[in-house]
Amino acid sequence: MIGLRVARLLLGALLFLALGNSALAVPAESARFETEAQAQRYQRLVRELRCTVCQNQNLIESSAPLAADLRRQVAQMIREGQSDEQIVAYLVVRYGDFVLFRPPLQASTYLLWFGPGLLLVLGLGVLGWKLWQRRARTAPVPLSDDEYACLRRLLDDDAGGGR
Amino acid sequence: MKLRFLWPLPLFLALVAALGFGLRLEPGSLPSPLIGREMPAFELAELRDTDRRLASADLVGQPVLFNVWASWCVTCLAEHPVLMELKRAGIPIYGLNYKDSRAEALRFLDRHGDPYRAIGFDADGNVGIDWGVYATPETFVLDRHGVVRFKHTGRLTPELVEETVIPLYRRLEAES
Repeated sequence: MIGLRVARLLLGALLFLALGNSALAVPAESARFETEAQAQRYQRLVRELRCTVCQNQNLIESSAPLAADLRRQVAQMIREGQSDEQIVAYLVVRYGDFVLFRPPLQASTYLLWFGPGLLLVLGLGVLGWKLWQRRARTAPVPLSDDEYACLRRLLDDDAGGGR
Repeated sequence: MKLRFLWPLPLFLALVAALGFGLRLEPGSLPSPLIGREMPAFELAELRDTDRRLASADLVGQPVLFNVWASWCVTCLAEHPVLMELKRAGIPIYGLNYKDSRAEALRFLDRHGDPYRAIGFDADGNVGIDWGVYATPETFVLDRHGVVRFKHTGRLTPELVEETVIPLYRRLEAES
């Protein structure tokens, strides 16, 4: 019974979240296009481009007036038949690489792109080094000749002399 | 050996230093891709004199300041006395009136003074987009060839003007 109630509650929460998100995603004004392909390109572009006013939102999420202007501009350029590359280039020329949520691979962004991988390799390296050290410490060290002779003597004494 | 428990201390101090450094950065102010490039061309109606036009060609010939402002922009009002000061220092300022209404903009100038030589009236903000405007006020310094040499987003403070803008302007004046 309790399991069922919990499941129902979870389902309700999920539904709420799903509906809540889709409600937020409705753009302030809907752009009209002649073809479905154009509409899809628009939807993708406005999600990949950052609003420079509220810098952690993309163009579709932002309610800033500039974001509305830029959405209008993107829509117009799509209707004029410009390619995605042309539209992105148009914005990068004006606002810099910052408008791209996926920054381009270039000298200034190597650390950004490869940093996580670098950290992973570094971490694995440290881990490997530590493990190797531990094994080296705990591995049995063979007896030296003197120690071996000494041990032999003790054992022999024990066996011969008894008590 | 007894001080071994202190080992996190340098780590902590390093973290404090890094965070303190981060606090001083301004990640919100973006570097303008226009720096070192020719200004975006435009031609607009003049704000005060509808018979006249202001075009990018009018800004070429001597170093100038190009200031993006609007009457609805509170920070522009805060910046305004600095612009009047620059005008008194003999530095030519051209304006871009960004997404404003003509009546409101004229009233702003009447009330607070007019530091501009000429003002382009960019009602729909399209010239603003070409200039990469995202937060008024914005100020560009152009050399005599119309190349963008400096941009500041946000209010020009007296310190910034004293330490950066005026020295840069005098240097550009001396350039041929």
